[in-house]
Amino acid sequence: MITRLVRTAPPRALLLLGLLLAVLLAAPLALDRYLTSVLILVFWFAYVGQAWNIMMGFAGLLSLGHALYVGLGAYVAATLFVKLGIGPWAGLWLSAFVSVAVGAAIGWLGFRFRIEGVYFSLLTIAFAEVARIGFDHIGWTGGAAGLFLPVSAEAGAWFNLRGGPLFFYYLALMMATAAFVLCAALRASRLGYRWLAVREDAEAARALGIDVFRARMAAVLISAGLTSLGGVFYAFYYNNLFPGQVFDISRSIEMILAPIVGGVGTLFGPVLGAFILTPLGEALIAITGALGLNAPGTKAVFYGVCLMAIVILAPNGLWPALKRRLGVPEGDV
Amino acid sequence: MSALLEVRGVAKRFRGLLAVDHVSLTVNDGEIFAVIGPNGAGKTTLFNLIAGVYAPEAGEIAFAGERIDGAAPDAICRRGLARTFQIVRPFPHLSVLDNAIVGALLHEHDVDKARAAAGDVLRRLELWDKRAQKAGSLTLPDRKRLEVARALATHPRLLLLDEVMAGLRPTETDRMVAVLKDLNRHENMTIVLIEHVMRAVMALANRIHVLHHGATIAEGPPEVVTRDPRVIESYLGQADHAVGALG
Ligand SMILES: Nc1ncnc2c1ncn2[C@@H]1O[C@H](COP(=O)(O)OP(=O)(O)OP(=O)(O)O)[C@@H](O)[C@H]1O
Ligand SMILES: [Mg+2]
Repeated sequence: MITRLVRTAPPRALLLLGLLLAVLLAAPLALDRYLTSVLILVFWFAYVGQAWNIMMGFAGLLSLGHALYVGLGAYVAATLFVKLGIGPWAGLWLSAFVSVAVGAAIGWLGFRFRIEGVYFSLLTIAFAEVARIGFDHIGWTGGAAGLFLPVSAEAGAWFNLRGGPLFFYYLALMMATAAFVLCAALRASRLGYRWLAVREDAEAARALGIDVFRARMAAVLISAGLTSLGGVFYAFYYNNLFPGQVFDISRSIEMILAPIVGGVGTLFGPVLGAFILTPLGEALIAITGALGLNAPGTKAVFYGVCLMAIVILAPNGLWPALKRRLGVPEGDV
Repeated sequence: MSALLEVRGVAKRFRGLLAVDHVSLTVNDGEIFAVIGPNGAGKTTLFNLIAGVYAPEAGEIAFAGERIDGAAPDAICRRGLARTFQIVRPFPHLSVLDNAIVGALLHEHDVDKARAAAGDVLRRLELWDKRAQKAGSLTLPDRKRLEVARALATHPRLLLLDEVMAGLRPTETDRMVAVLKDLNRHENMTIVLIEHVMRAVMALANRIHVLHHGATIAEGPPEVVTRDPRVIESYLGQADHAVGALG
């Protein structure tokens, strides 16, 4: 599978990818702690953006509640760790399982009862909101007051996802890279073709023998599972969880901006979008902080402006526009 | 010859309008069968019943000896009954080749092999040179060809073609006729076609079934059906189907 991908990928894209990876692997040597933390965020958003893109970009299903899977993944793994002493490498399986199960429920409701288009999106929001409110009231996991993980940065505790910035840097880079490769493989697979067909025209896909329900369900399950692993990372990186933060609709929106800005349905889009938006957002926070401005809505306004600019200037996202300049052939990445 | 498709007394109503009025027909294995009739006669609706888009309100449909009425369109396609859409439905943002690959992947699990098979189908329908184009950028005649190519790529036993010649120039029509004849002769493909272009119908069909207001008014070999007074009155008598043009 991977060898086929490498064989069929346009050489320029491979070159670009190799260069980027080499630079990022070496980058911590030259970066201070703050910049390292910004890049960790970039990788995280690239990762979850890639996961979301499987549903939207490949299968044409707009989820506006992906924070649900981040939150579930985070809470399940963190709770197992804090309350039962079960480490995250074991806990992530339950995290993924719970998210996949909830994704299956949403998919089943949506696709069996033909809740399509915007109504499906509303359904995803509804589930995320219910989870947010629910976790606010679950005393065992701390409720609205939050759940905290014991902080210990000593080396060697990688098996509990405990470590310093460098550890999380390489973990996040690995996750983003793996998600990229996985999405490339999925897109070039039989299932990938089915997704694209369903996205383009479900009725025509059906006439070609594609089980639309199954194709859509597969997209939801894979996307939910992957996103929940992003949630596990989130919990162990930040060491604190608040339902009002992880499950919030603003997080769902923040997660999908990178792929939208970069290019929905492309492989480089979520990566490019994360590299542009996250540093800009962080810079904005730094600047407003330095100026002593304390306007809580600044970031949201900024994202809104970015989105408007993209919709007007490059409606398919930045990567498709950039791709033409780089001479990468149409439709391949 | 054995029956491949049997339609027995199917009916479908749209808000009181009986679009298909208890129609029965039998298509034999290896035959080319045409369905003709004026606009709104219920031809496309009949296809939609066979292909599983609608379940018939009355009657039954059997394909290769098994009941398919009420089955989902994808399940019917997997059994070997492929259809094209009169109002073409390409996957607009995918390349022509990828459109055909989607069809070829129905029975072929290996993407490389499906790509090769899709290429063969595109060559057959003279779309190979346009394989890298986005399907949405094709001209209407090319989209019609792509409809056929995509359906063909699923390796069906029976192909339902809904007005694939409409909008084609006479020379293009002749080429499509040649392609279909070749498929029928050399690959034993059974074809049911809805067609207004009588030139093509006369060149291809072993038998013709005529619908009018949802009901059957005639069925038989071309030379018999085209002389049927009721067919001439309701359909062929119309200016654009002057019998003289049947050639
Ligand atoms: N989805 C629908 N809803 C309501 N009425 C419909 C629908 N589909 C078809 N009809 C009606 O059913 C009748 C038969 O339509 P149909 O499309 O089957 O005709 P046709 O023979 O294919 O015509 P044409 O030669 O114009 O393609 C028409 O009166 C049409 O208006
Ligand atoms: Mg019609």
